[in-house]
Amino acid sequence: MPLNKLSWMIGGPQGSGINRSAEVFARACIRNGLHVFSNIEYHSNIMGRHSFYRVRVNDKRIRSHVDSVDLLLALDEETLLGDVDSPYPTHRGHVHEIAPGGGVILDSALGVSEEQIGRDEVQVFAIPYADLLKEGVSRAGLEYNSRRHDIMRNIVSVAASFALVDMDTSVIVDILRQQLPARRAHLVEVNARVVEATTQFVKDEFGTDFGFTLESLARDSDRMIIRGADAVGLGKLYAGCSFQTYYPIAPATEESEFLETVQTQFPITILQAEDEIACINMAVGAAHGGARAATSTAGPGFSMMCEGLGFAAMTEAPGPVVCLYQRGGPSTGLPTRHSQGDLKFALNPGHGDFPHIVVAPGDIQESFEFTFKAFNYGDKYQMPVIVLLDRVLANSFWAVDEISVDGLVADRGELFSENGAANGGAPYKRHAVTESGVSPRSIPGEPGGLFVTTSDEHTDSGKISEGIENRLAQMDKRMRKLDLMAAETPAADKWTLHGPEQADATLVSWGSTKGAIIDAMRVLDEDLGIKVNFLQIRLMRPFPAEDIAKVLDEANKLILIEDNYSGQLGELIREKTGIDIESKVLKYDGRPISQNEVEEGVAEAARVGPVRLVMSHP
Amino acid sequence: MAVAELKRPDFKVDVRPDWCPGCGDFGILNAIRQALANMRLEPHNVAVVSGIGCSGKTPHYIGTYGFHTLHGRALPFATGIKLANRELTVIAVGGDGDGYGIGAGYFVNTGRRNLDFTYIVFNNGVYGLTKGQASPTLVRGEQTKSMSEAAIQDGINPIGLAISSGYTFVARGYAMDPRGLAKLIVDAVRHRGTSFIDVLQPCPVYNDKQTVEWYMGRDREDKQRRVYQLIEEGFDPVVRDPSNVDEIVQKKQIALAKSYEWGDRIPIGVLFQIDMPTFEDGLDLRRPDGSKGAIMKQAAPYQDFSSVLGRFR
Repeated sequence: MPLNKLSWMIGGPQGSGINRSAEVFARACIRNGLHVFSNIEYHSNIMGRHSFYRVRVNDKRIRSHVDSVDLLLALDEETLLGDVDSPYPTHRGHVHEIAPGGGVILDSALGVSEEQIGRDEVQVFAIPYADLLKEGVSRAGLEYNSRRHDIMRNIVSVAASFALVDMDTSVIVDILRQQLPARRAHLVEVNARVVEATTQFVKDEFGTDFGFTLESLARDSDRMIIRGADAVGLGKLYAGCSFQTYYPIAPATEESEFLETVQTQFPITILQAEDEIACINMAVGAAHGGARAATSTAGPGFSMMCEGLGFAAMTEAPGPVVCLYQRGGPSTGLPTRHSQGDLKFALNPGHGDFPHIVVAPGDIQESFEFTFKAFNYGDKYQMPVIVLLDRVLANSFWAVDEISVDGLVADRGELFSENGAANGGAPYKRHAVTESGVSPRSIPGEPGGLFVTTSDEHTDSGKISEGIENRLAQMDKRMRKLDLMAAETPAADKWTLHGPEQADATLVSWGSTKGAIIDAMRVLDEDLGIKVNFLQIRLMRPFPAEDIAKVLDEANKLILIEDNYSGQLGELIREKTGIDIESKVLKYDGRPISQNEVEEGVAEAARVGPVRLVMSHP
Repeated sequence: MAVAELKRPDFKVDVRPDWCPGCGDFGILNAIRQALANMRLEPHNVAVVSGIGCSGKTPHYIGTYGFHTLHGRALPFATGIKLANRELTVIAVGGDGDGYGIGAGYFVNTGRRNLDFTYIVFNNGVYGLTKGQASPTLVRGEQTKSMSEAAIQDGINPIGLAISSGYTFVARGYAMDPRGLAKLIVDAVRHRGTSFIDVLQPCPVYNDKQTVEWYMGRDREDKQRRVYQLIEEGFDPVVRDPSNVDEIVQKKQIALAKSYEWGDRIPIGVLFQIDMPTFEDGLDLRRPDGSKGAIMKQAAPYQDFSSVLGRFR
């Protein structure tokens, strides 16, 4: 029977505490030495609509989810069977996703029968939540009060899950002890009794009926469970970012909220502005003012920021760094759902030709590292930098052993200072035309470095000019900085070829699909006999066209994998290299591609040849 | 060189404004330069930030750091640069279309924050640079010469909007009185918090209603100037006790009433002033002792975040 491999899911109405349950479950697993990947799916709604949380557990490192569920924890009937009877059905529940041999935990008070569930090969574990709560509360010497104690239903859920897979439940209490604030410390005891009562009930009633087992493994490190949004925030702190603006928007807000929780410890100002136009212009102002400045948003907010990006590029601001967390568009779209649909938008965010940098990290370490590097890019090349992220990267909980700062060196670029002025007394020119395109920048407050700059086309000294020669000189020098960036950036930052150099098929992708692809590669090779490698592209502008063309030319079959409708990276590759990747595995239903969808898509594309496959598991 | 160093900076530069002859912008420009000189500020510690329009060109004509930004966005930019370096004296300037039309949201929200900087609006009732369309301050029924019909949208009251948005220094100036305006600007810059001055100015090319002659009352039978100084009437705009809500409301009410005075008598001067905690004060309260008044441009990289990692384990 399956050992140390489990796809666990908890579902229920939004606001019913499923996040808390899932996070405690995931943390408990990593405490016991296992790896997890967990991601949530929820509606744009505060309370009541169906949401669910997956935690995939494994003894090896994992970076993605799978569509099948081994153990489903249902807090309501809708989680089991969906809302098919409602006037506007949206889903058919999760029972059909349960793997043969899997199980369902449900509250016996729901009154759902095994017939309704209708899966003979699925075990049903009915748990009397209310009785166990009462039992636990009374063991703690207290009187049961539904208002006060029903919040511990979460703990019943987690304890029942752990007991079924024969995992030590005491770790749950350890986590609560660590997480509960001091004023709630007295609740640890009653939670501990509820865990005890639940564990005892499950052991007595079901024994070892459930075939899945998780063992506690020796921990090789103090493993963390962290979201991309947190990693980006840490990258900003480490880079010395001291100014961040935001306007609340899913799924970008978590990053700013994280930074708000640490603003008393670090020299950083977080400003919640009135809209995204204010956000970008404040950040541009702070960047010109000498701060390492940033803002974070999602697609709709980014749409509003466009004029500010052109402005930053035109005035050669050092940055700002703009983190764009993609979600399902167009328009308001799918506010809480995933997408990689903004790549081409991020590459063309505004009117006129202007330079900017777009980089797309694919996991936690890269989110940290490339956020840090984005500030260097901004300072060195004096242009805005977009860090392209997405909902899965931002909001999923990833287990990682560490955040590595190896090799990260801050570089604030060429600065003007009066003391070191090499201009022999000539007036300082903020936009001096140089061979590299970079003009040493002065920061307000610097004596002798006075300058005026403008969003109008301007001369080397920042005066408005519509002159022809000047226009050519300034346009050329601004754009030349992109060549410099391309020349100075190591190929390892721009792209990575994962896996063997020679393969039957080369998978081409970017961003958070990296997790599902890396996880699928071994299965494709070992179980399906398809030897693949994976070209992950990070630097989208300036695009490393020559390198990419070389890799693609040497490859056998090419298969593009993206979480969007049109295969936007494929279009970019075709634009820059002339190479058309005909086989596409695409997903745009608002949910991230899973490991098994990568396997299915790649196997099919490898079998039938050029094909456009759309993945979805409703 | 030596002579120049001894000279007090006059904030003049060797660039000729391309404004039209008779434009009110000249008076405001001179008043800003005069105010900066009178305060003996060092040019490298001043940043002038502007939006787009004729007034947007102002930073090009003042010898300080200057940022000619986007239409309506001078205030967010000024907010960012001020928070990056609190030691800078920041003055944002812009037109009435820039500040009350496309930038209206930023005008309101800047009032909420009370950062320590100054905002000066060049208010002439028209969009000059785009050839004379009605601005958000042109009142209903007015028809300036390039408009094909009279306005059917009403004009906003900038003073009333500023008072209700929370500005802690609210004043009205007049462009053709550069000496009085310079003094007003000095008071505004010295005020601790966001100071706002709505400056009435003629647009000699496109606004043929509110002309210099009109402000001077030449069309009136008694030939009396329309513009008068509030202080001459003994008007007291200052809240003495900022903890007294009744006093604040009362001072705001009389300021609002004054702001609606228009036509034959137009008051200028400070309409409302209160000493309130600034945004920077709020930030300092959040900070650990060591970094109060932090100049964010000096924040160093390699912040040790290991203490934060515990929450992820």
